[in-house]
Amino acid sequence: MTSLLVIIVLVLLAIALWQLTKIFDLTQVGASSDNSQVANDKDNNLQGYLMFGFLAFLYVFTIYGLLKWGNLPLHTPASAHGGQVDNLMNITWVLIFIVQAVTQVLLYWFAFKYKGKKDQKALYFADNNKLEAIWSIIPAVVLAGLILYGLYAWTNIMFIDEDEDTVVVEVYAQQFKWTARIAGEDNVLGKANVRYIEGVNTLGVDLSDPNAQDDIVVSELHIPKGKKIHFKFRSQDVLHSAYMPHFRAQMNCVPGMVTEFAFTPIYTTSEYRELPEMVEKVAHINELRAKRSTELIAKGESGLDPYTFDYLLLCNKICGASHYNMQMKIVVDTPEDYKKWLAQQTTLVNEVKASLEQPAEGESAAPAEAKENDTVAAATVAMK
Amino acid sequence: MSAEGHDHAHDHEHEHHHKETFITKYIFSIDHKMIAKQYLITGIIMGIIGIVMSLLFRMQLAWPEESFKIFNILLGDKFAPDGVMANDVYLALVTIHGTIMVFFVLTAGLSGTFSNLLIPLQIGARDMASGFMNMISYWLFFLSAVVMIISLFVESGPASAGWTIYPPLSALPQAIPGSGTGMTLWLVSMAIFIASSLMGSLNYIVTVINLRTKGMSMTRLPLTIWTFFVTAIIGVLSFPVLLSAALLLIFDRSFGTSFFLSDIYIAGEVLHYQGGSPVLFEHLFWFLGHPEVYIVILPAMGLVSEIMATNSRKPIFGYRAMIMSVLAIAFLSTIVWGHHMFISGMNPFLGSVFTFTTLLIAIPSAVKAFNWITTLWKGNLQMNPAMLFSIGMVSTFITGGLTGIILGDSTLDINVHDTYFVIAHFHLVMGISALYGMFAGIYHWFPKMYGRMLNKNLGYVHFWVTAVCAYGVFFPMHFIGLAGLPRRYYTNTNFPLFDDLQNVNVLITTFALVGGAFQLVFLYNFFSSIFYGKKAEQNPWRSTTLEWTTPVEHIHGNWPGEIPEVHRWAYDYSNPEHEEDFVPQTVPMKPGESVLHH
Repeated sequence: MTSLLVIIVLVLLAIALWQLTKIFDLTQVGASSDNSQVANDKDNNLQGYLMFGFLAFLYVFTIYGLLKWGNLPLHTPASAHGGQVDNLMNITWVLIFIVQAVTQVLLYWFAFKYKGKKDQKALYFADNNKLEAIWSIIPAVVLAGLILYGLYAWTNIMFIDEDEDTVVVEVYAQQFKWTARIAGEDNVLGKANVRYIEGVNTLGVDLSDPNAQDDIVVSELHIPKGKKIHFKFRSQDVLHSAYMPHFRAQMNCVPGMVTEFAFTPIYTTSEYRELPEMVEKVAHINELRAKRSTELIAKGESGLDPYTFDYLLLCNKICGASHYNMQMKIVVDTPEDYKKWLAQQTTLVNEVKASLEQPAEGESAAPAEAKENDTVAAATVAMK
Repeated sequence: MSAEGHDHAHDHEHEHHHKETFITKYIFSIDHKMIAKQYLITGIIMGIIGIVMSLLFRMQLAWPEESFKIFNILLGDKFAPDGVMANDVYLALVTIHGTIMVFFVLTAGLSGTFSNLLIPLQIGARDMASGFMNMISYWLFFLSAVVMIISLFVESGPASAGWTIYPPLSALPQAIPGSGTGMTLWLVSMAIFIASSLMGSLNYIVTVINLRTKGMSMTRLPLTIWTFFVTAIIGVLSFPVLLSAALLLIFDRSFGTSFFLSDIYIAGEVLHYQGGSPVLFEHLFWFLGHPEVYIVILPAMGLVSEIMATNSRKPIFGYRAMIMSVLAIAFLSTIVWGHHMFISGMNPFLGSVFTFTTLLIAIPSAVKAFNWITTLWKGNLQMNPAMLFSIGMVSTFITGGLTGIILGDSTLDINVHDTYFVIAHFHLVMGISALYGMFAGIYHWFPKMYGRMLNKNLGYVHFWVTAVCAYGVFFPMHFIGLAGLPRRYYTNTNFPLFDDLQNVNVLITTFALVGGAFQLVFLYNFFSSIFYGKKAEQNPWRSTTLEWTTPVEHIHGNWPGEIPEVHRWAYDYSNPEHEEDFVPQTVPMKPGESVLHH
């Protein structure tokens, strides 16, 4: 109903405006015989001032935006390379703001200053090689700097040193769910292909591969702080993109191939929650949620839970109807907590065994013990 | 070369005496002026559909999952039961909005209209090199538009995999319903569209090369013709690659090949595909997709250059630099497609190469922007609506272009890729800018098309509201993009993290609705002025170019007598050696007059 009202209001507004211009036109008829629909001095004057007004609008709107929404963008990067990304971003922003401020002023100022008058003649100024050289060379030099810095950072981030000591993790995408597989004790992921998918083995891990014996499959990913995490991405159906905005990390998940990205988390989840910016952001969000909640409860619906921050992995490549709800929680632990968490997980092999043995009850004790040994060992290897 | 135009004149001498029926005049016309109008009207109709779609999904984003009667009215009981938009329908709207705006409005509607109208008129030709092929080109375009519209009404819904139709999503109906019949129709429509576009482009190229009138050397051409010419060349080079991608996708979908598909497990079963790669599709798609944004923006740049010079009463600043930058942009546009794929899983080394080539485009773009600004300097600006839209175009092109420095830099793209930051960037730099270019062109050449003037006051209202709303819609999007909000999300309510962005979304949608509503002012102005506008003079803007030497009433063959000869470049405005502030290209050089550009 409200929408209909809004639309009616808009249509009426449009009609009112059209009527106004009609009246304006009619009053012009008597005043002057100029009905050529070509701009005259009066138009030039008014439109020139409006150009100046629009320049003011642009500036005010920009400043308003920076003040009002300036705290929305992602702040403090949670990964080691993130600082480099944000640094390059900030340098680029400074340049952009300078160029934007100068060019828009010139454009609209000239539009205002040189608004046409009847007996005025424009300057016949068709060419100036010096000027054109200046505005080709300056951008070229500035861009060369940006390109060099950008490529340096890109190379650092994207080329993963195979010899480096990392924790290998597979992130597995399917419509509309993320799953992770931790490489375990040997830090090598077992081979996998969708053709092995069966029952509990939803990731299609080749269970006969020796490297797969200690792999652990989880739906909430924990990673240790301060250690480089080497992500390998797979998808079983369509393209997905694993987007971890707080870590300044993103990579597409492509069916039929394995893609990679690596980063080192530098804040645990609880440390990141306590950053002043984050405290402020969460408080603001909870304020909004509380307000919305009371509205919902008044309508007889259930309220909203208050929000606590968690790192997220989101899908950022259109993947189907529920694309907007494909997420996985990532928890960054201290190395000790990570060890503890890992110790509680069951290896995939044991999960599969358990699922096969389920009908025959009473035999569950032995695998459970084995699992514990396995995972503790895995944790020590992973942490060394 | 240019002498040929002269012989051509005699061939057509008698053609305008032929009796024309309604059908040959208005429907299957081979007159370029009529075909231009057909392109324009079809483009406007498609534009209305595309913009209304965007307003619908903007409403969903601002007030997620709320019930709107208008959804139910426009989308029907199946797609919006009880007035709540279904989530796959949201994706369908996004997809078709993108497709329609990029291809049907800003490629065919813009380039088709103005290339057809202006190439023969501004180079001094009786018509296109092949009028018949031109007619076929339009009717194929019309057919492709009809097929695209039909796809909206199929049972399983229209294509919903995004306008980039990346497989496997676009290849598997199991993945999303829109990838069934809807996608088949989308591909058929695009194949027809590409055929149309190629015929048009070949015609433009041949016409510009062969049919220039006597004295019209390449360096006397108005910049409009240069941009149409170069646009046609990139179109001919890149559209066939999209056609090949579409054909291979049709093979994968219907004949079981595996060009783009491999190792897929969906809906509980393993599919037979083996060995293909979606990344190959991305390469093929963007090999057209990136030049495509220049196919969209270059004609707008040409129109704006021409309109700015005319209304500043000044020569365009740096005519040759403008040509060189158009050529540089065109060349670079074909070797930067990989910047859409930094995080696609391709080798990071390729990412480095594409970062390098991409950022180079900023140089010719900067040259163009500064040259436009200098054109205004010390001019005698005639603030016609076309001029306002031209100034607006330069403004949005700069604002949108600058954020390209962020997106084109692979390191920075990692975190803003596919977020609302991208939406903000490309809508400003190619969407709004190209639309402004198109509006500028319509306001400027309407008298040439219909022999009547558009109402200037309605034009002013149209411009100012649109200008404020365009920034109102797209400027805030930068912030929510930097906050990490992905594009193509039906709603953000599943992420409390994004709750603080909701107010911004409401503001954006409000601006979009107001801006959208005020396009009615333009539509009213356009359609009423066709019939009731003030009769135009022959050269209302006091312009130098050849199209204004033709009679107001259209005749087949354009000039009643001989085709005029050209004696000077297209930008002799306020030449101090002449009394008038413009010297038409047909005026012979005075003895001893200094020659600036041939």
